[in-house]
Amino acid sequence: MARALINVPANAKRGDIVEIKTLIQHEMETGFRPDNMGRRVPRDIITDFVCKYNGQEIFRAELHPAIAANPFFVFTTVATESGTLSFEWTGDNGFSASETAKITVE
Amino acid sequence: MIWRPLVVLAAGALGAGAIAAEIPLGERKSGYEFMGRDTRAMQDDDTSNPAMFWVLDGETMWKRKAGTADKSCADCHGDAAASMKGVAVRYPAFDAARGRPVGLEERINICRADQQKATPFAFEGKELLALAAFVGRQSRGMPITIPEDERLKPHIEAGRAMFNQRQGQINLSCAQCHDDNWGQKLAGAPIPQGHATGYPLYRLEWQGLGSLQRRLRNCLFGMRAVTYPLGAPDYVDLELFLMWRARGMPLETPAVRP
Repeated sequence: MARALINVPANAKRGDIVEIKTLIQHEMETGFRPDNMGRRVPRDIITDFVCKYNGQEIFRAELHPAIAANPFFVFTTVATESGTLSFEWTGDNGFSASETAKITVE
Repeated sequence: MIWRPLVVLAAGALGAGAIAAEIPLGERKSGYEFMGRDTRAMQDDDTSNPAMFWVLDGETMWKRKAGTADKSCADCHGDAAASMKGVAVRYPAFDAARGRPVGLEERINICRADQQKATPFAFEGKELLALAAFVGRQSRGMPITIPEDERLKPHIEAGRAMFNQRQGQINLSCAQCHDDNWGQKLAGAPIPQGHATGYPLYRLEWQGLGSLQRRLRNCLFGMRAVTYPLGAPDYVDLELFLMWRARGMPLETPAVRP
């Protein structure tokens, strides 16, 4: 299972804009590179990333072969209520990874 | 396009005289200070530093039993936070049994072969980099301290000689860029002073973690000079000289570089 690093503030005031950072371990093999024998290395990338805040989708990204290894996303949301942020990455060859983070809103 | 800066650089170096002047201790700067704001931010926060994946993998391997001795690193060394603190800042270190200095990666492999009775890892492989990054991480922020050891002196001098030796088709020495022309541009990128303060490090160009030897091979290749096989004693001497040259500077392992 790929490792993921998530940075979400543990506490926020209601109405605050909070910054969310996610980093996931993935080679992001483009599918355009030849190996030592001149054969094309098959594409192996993450294709989708979704973040949900208490079940509601707040951020989505489609990834393409030009994106660097270990994709890093930084985005913001408005802290509305305490709960869980869930993160899900899916990709080629059945790749799937998920993480969650708690946030307390006062 | 790539020719012009090189030619200008070579001419500048000739004008400055053939003997490179060492950078005074107080004027030394880590490669970190030559980076842009975004790349610095990646290194500053462990949750945005992709090298941390290798550190986390290394932590798992530290506890995993291996080899016919069925021992893990932790079985002998215990908690790495205590036992490995301050280790990476004094490598390459002299190995009495071999009669020469060995780098941290080689030291890990010696331990693996002698104590765990396991097959040594390949240089530049994921496993060895992960363990080296994990061990290095325990000394982050500590000053680089190559011990005063008479046995190391000839190797530091050999490394210094290699650093000042003009080589390759371009006939450049390390010193011409990193002592004489640091802060200037080479093909649009700033030339750092070449202090090995953050290895193994995540290089954006590599899209992965790499050792100082990989970086040295990159430089030699760019000079169109002969590269040595990974683990060659020539690299260890140069590594030792570079760590001695960076003495007192804080270790940044695992650093991020463009």
